[in-house]
Amino acid sequence: MKLRQLALATVVAAAGLSSALVPSVASAQAKEQFFPVLVYRTGAYAPNGVPFANGYVDYLKLVNARGGINGVKVSFEECETGYATDRGVECYERLKGKGATVFQPLSTGITFALTEKAPNDKIPLITAGYGRSESQDGGVFKWNFPIAGTYWVAGDVIVQDIAKKLGGTDKLKGKHIALVYHDSPFGKEAIPILQERANMHGFKLSLLPVTHPGVEQKSTWLQIRRDRPDYVVNWGWGVMNSTLIKEAQATGYPRDKIYGVWWAGAEPDVKDIGEGAKGYNAITMQHGAEPNAAFVKEILQKVHGKGQGTGPKDEVGQVLYVRGAMSAMFAVEGVRAAQERFGKGKVMTGEQARWGYENLDLTQAKLDALGFKGVMRPVSTSCQDHMGANWARIHTWNGSKWEFSSDWYQAEESIIKPMVKAAADKYAAEKKLQRRTPADCQS
Amino acid sequence: MFYRENGQFKTSYRADQQIFAIAQDRWAIVAIVAFAAIGVPFLVDEYLFRAILIPFLILSLAALGVNILVGYCGQISLGSGAFMAVGAYMAYNTYVRVEGMPLIVALLSGGFFATVVGIFFGIPSLRVKGLYLAVATLAAQFFCDWAFLRIGWFTNNNPSGSVSVSDLAVLGWTINTPVEKYLFCLGFLVVFGLLAKNLVRSAIGREWMAIRDMDVAAAVIGIRPMYAKLSAFAVSSFIVGVAGALWGFVHLGSWEPAAFSIDRSFQLLFMVIIGGMGSIMGSFFGAAFIVVLPIFLNQVLPALGAMVGVDISTATVSHTEYMIFGALIVWFLIVEPHGLAKLWSIGKQKLRLWPFPH
Repeated sequence: MKLRQLALATVVAAAGLSSALVPSVASAQAKEQFFPVLVYRTGAYAPNGVPFANGYVDYLKLVNARGGINGVKVSFEECETGYATDRGVECYERLKGKGATVFQPLSTGITFALTEKAPNDKIPLITAGYGRSESQDGGVFKWNFPIAGTYWVAGDVIVQDIAKKLGGTDKLKGKHIALVYHDSPFGKEAIPILQERANMHGFKLSLLPVTHPGVEQKSTWLQIRRDRPDYVVNWGWGVMNSTLIKEAQATGYPRDKIYGVWWAGAEPDVKDIGEGAKGYNAITMQHGAEPNAAFVKEILQKVHGKGQGTGPKDEVGQVLYVRGAMSAMFAVEGVRAAQERFGKGKVMTGEQARWGYENLDLTQAKLDALGFKGVMRPVSTSCQDHMGANWARIHTWNGSKWEFSSDWYQAEESIIKPMVKAAADKYAAEKKLQRRTPADCQS
Repeated sequence: MFYRENGQFKTSYRADQQIFAIAQDRWAIVAIVAFAAIGVPFLVDEYLFRAILIPFLILSLAALGVNILVGYCGQISLGSGAFMAVGAYMAYNTYVRVEGMPLIVALLSGGFFATVVGIFFGIPSLRVKGLYLAVATLAAQFFCDWAFLRIGWFTNNNPSGSVSVSDLAVLGWTINTPVEKYLFCLGFLVVFGLLAKNLVRSAIGREWMAIRDMDVAAAVIGIRPMYAKLSAFAVSSFIVGVAGALWGFVHLGSWEPAAFSIDRSFQLLFMVIIGGMGSIMGSFFGAAFIVVLPIFLNQVLPALGAMVGVDISTATVSHTEYMIFGALIVWFLIVEPHGLAKLWSIGKQKLRLWPFPH
């Protein structure tokens, strides 16, 4: 009986405390630019989610160490989604009320759900390199920003690299490419672009789905062993990637004929396999592992050096860490751009920040100043184009680290643009949306 | 002293058979529903609506459906997530494909198709029982996951396999703000709650319970097992299907099969077990426990940590949340194996004597 009363008392006390504490935290943040951080540090995708989250948070800390955004300090709060859509929506609702600047959902499923909610709440969404590919079309997707690349760009560039290795796009005819994809909206994003390319060049594309979380791939690899496709494209994530490479090893499929999407091209995917993964390629949306980049050194010195780093120090500068930092940089620079228009040194609302993301102009000089020299190319968004850059590179695992194995590629505009327009128009028709007018672009 | 039926005489069969025989109960329920419909919209903020109350209402509805099958008819099912998915996807299809389809009809059609699928997957229950049946209903889960992922027709040939709806409206009433969504779900829950309560105390409900308690004996006294079991599957799947449609349309707005994965089926089953099998009230307790507690823990732990000066990382919070949640489930099941609903009825018994127990 005593135990029960004690437990009851604890619960009541906790309830009272939480209701008392939460508002006080919120009001303390009012003068700062607040960035919600949706992360997944647990679950099947944690090996990749953790470095991303560390990079994101460390970069925000670096911004504060540099003196904030024109003097405005940055604050942030993490919320664990576990890659689950309903938990992600809950996080969104929780952090939205604290004056969120921008959300980066970090999951295609959550992106889809938030795309429906963000316009009502007037909060922009950045999905740097992921999310829905048609949201590049700013005329329909006013609040979505797939800055510096989408999955369609990634798929297109992978085909370009394969063609280059074969010696020209005409050599693709009659070849066979197998797409092994995570069976979710994320994995399926690759299908339209690869199909388009297959129709153009006459190569055979076979689709091999792998169910979440991707540790069961035996039947997929039996099929690959039977059909012997010329190339395998891996659209995987988390534990699926390392399983795939191990299966390829067991099947004896050459690793240098495998291409991963950028979620499948980081250290956690290959480091346990080491030599066995040698030759495995992956696309990078501009950056790779960047241990020598200026901003990485700055983080090591100003954040980790002061004992405020997030996560292990030796992971700073790894692929997904840089990815997180770069995503945070987009979020911060959009606010800086918005401050140019709405008042320097002020806290921007989500609506004002949206203008900043739409008019983001990261020139080479600005990138160099931020410490991103050599990491990425300039990005410039506009009302019609919410992506801003469509460049990518391929990097290859040499057994101990990732190394670039190709020059810069630019996705083929003439293929992607009509696809984006068609998909965006379909979305607009389903939702009965009007395309934005030129006047709306000015606002 | 206050909670007693002394002096409340029943003078007609009608009065004897009403749902809440005690006047105090009756008034309490009316007051709760009135408060939920009129008071709550003025009191709570958007976060509470969207993140807690709306999921709670919809999952209560789903748990209610599962409770009819598992708690009243004794047929353990692990396919509830699949029936939710059928409801959501078929409601989506009727809504999108038929021009001018009213929202409520679309949602109910989701329930209808879930009923058809539920009856189909309920057929094995005529031969297999208990855990074997649970495994058989797992087939429904895997089949539906597969169908909604692979068959393009269900998702209107959307390349990503994710579907979305927006601009919901009923007879000119647009359902956009959290308050409107909340009231919409509340309406469904009240209607279905009343229906379910009346069903389980009618002849058909008694048939279900007879089958649950001993199916051979029930068959001997003239209850048709096929009719009883399949009707339980039908009613349960209908309610679960409507809940699934609401979950997609009202709560998520955009969804993929992962929203109705095997985890959802387990979640619903746990709600019923923890809330109380064979109790309408238990469905609500179970849903509250499963929906609200993890979110509550997730928010309270960092605050508690901050009080004692410890900075708890996001991952630790998430792990601790699972640990405490798991421990609480075990604790509740040890303290009261019949679920939270039983605790509630014990409380009511005590209240009858309170404050003068002797």
